[in-house]
Amino acid sequence: MGRLRLATIWLGGCSGCHMSFLDLDEWLFELAQHIDLVYSPLADVKEYPERVDVALVEGAVANEDHLHLIRQVRERTRVLVAFGDCAVTGNVTALRNPLGAPEALLHTIYVERVGTAGCMPHAPGILPPLIDRVQPVHKIVPVDVYLPGCPPPAPRIRALLEQIIAGGEIRLTGREMIKFG
Amino acid sequence: MAARTFTINDQLISAREGETILQAAREHGIFIPTLCYLDGVSAVGACRLCLVEIEGSRVLRPACVTPVVEEMVVRTDTGRLREYRRMIVELLFAERNHVCAVCVANGHCELQDLAIAVGMDHVRFDYAFPRCDVDISHPLFGIDHNRCVLCTRCVRVCDEVEGVHTWDVAGRGADARVITDMRQPWGEARSCTSCGKCVLACPTGAIFRRGATVGEMERDRNKIAYIVAAREQRW
Repeated sequence: MGRLRLATIWLGGCSGCHMSFLDLDEWLFELAQHIDLVYSPLADVKEYPERVDVALVEGAVANEDHLHLIRQVRERTRVLVAFGDCAVTGNVTALRNPLGAPEALLHTIYVERVGTAGCMPHAPGILPPLIDRVQPVHKIVPVDVYLPGCPPPAPRIRALLEQIIAGGEIRLTGREMIKFG
Repeated sequence: MAARTFTINDQLISAREGETILQAAREHGIFIPTLCYLDGVSAVGACRLCLVEIEGSRVLRPACVTPVVEEMVVRTDTGRLREYRRMIVELLFAERNHVCAVCVANGHCELQDLAIAVGMDHVRFDYAFPRCDVDISHPLFGIDHNRCVLCTRCVRVCDEVEGVHTWDVAGRGADARVITDMRQPWGEARSCTSCGKCVLACPTGAIFRRGATVGEMERDRNKIAYIVAAREQRW
């Protein structure tokens, strides 16, 4: 089998899952022998490429940019992994959902609570509009593998990547692999 | 007391008369998942996680309230039961706002443990994202309805062990909430003795000690059964 074309994506999340990925430490050298990192916030590639084998998607779908990117990722990727609790459940990113529509929420945060200097954030083309409700990735596009955890600990990420590299069926069970939080 | 002999998963089990399937299974080290069940208070069969198959019975039975019958043939771990249990746990997660990452009970939560036990790696149902209150009007304890699964352990322990009945359930369906006194803020509920038994009984992070932060809310749920046993021996 050739080298895997791996991508990592950062949607509505805190980047903690990517930090945990970096916590793989020296095993990253091992991983580098099996993969080409073709797209990632760590790799500075502007366009999501074609024919990606595996994508680790961190974060929930929270705005229009996320919607666009995740659909592109799905079209161009063989195995899409919901990477961490925000991608799997919405998690902290979705805490705004019970509070209602995003406009009212933004107004409270940026105008009401700021006093006289407050104004609504408005920068078309730069700031993507928020979607009404933050959603886990699988509510927008089909997901192949779910890796819970906030963040998923490095050994959990490694165990998954080892299964992916080995090929065959992916099986994640037990506290070490699927505990949320 | 008469003995009853029956089988669980092809294993011959002997139980005391009046024992439930759950009690007999536990005594023989057979795991049946539970959530609303709590040693020391009455069983109500509310959460449906302990449903089992009984040969000859068309319907599934909750093991926590079904007495053992001679020669009964019970199955606790069939494909159908596993699928139903996972659905139940997923529905519980979808119904309120359970965010393990920022929960006081993270790492010490029975709902979180159940998710692992039933192999829940994601929730297939749409999340309801309901708006729920947090009441921290009590000087020692708080209740976060985002994390409540309506197991009614708090209601039962307050009524049956403390003998007070500060807690109850109001509303129906998705609007059901556990309440204190006449749906007053907990801090104004005059009947509450601040004994903390509800804090001990809660399976999730819904009822917590004030000041506890993420993952800090550990509790010894066996204390309830201990209190009850100590009392029964004295009286």
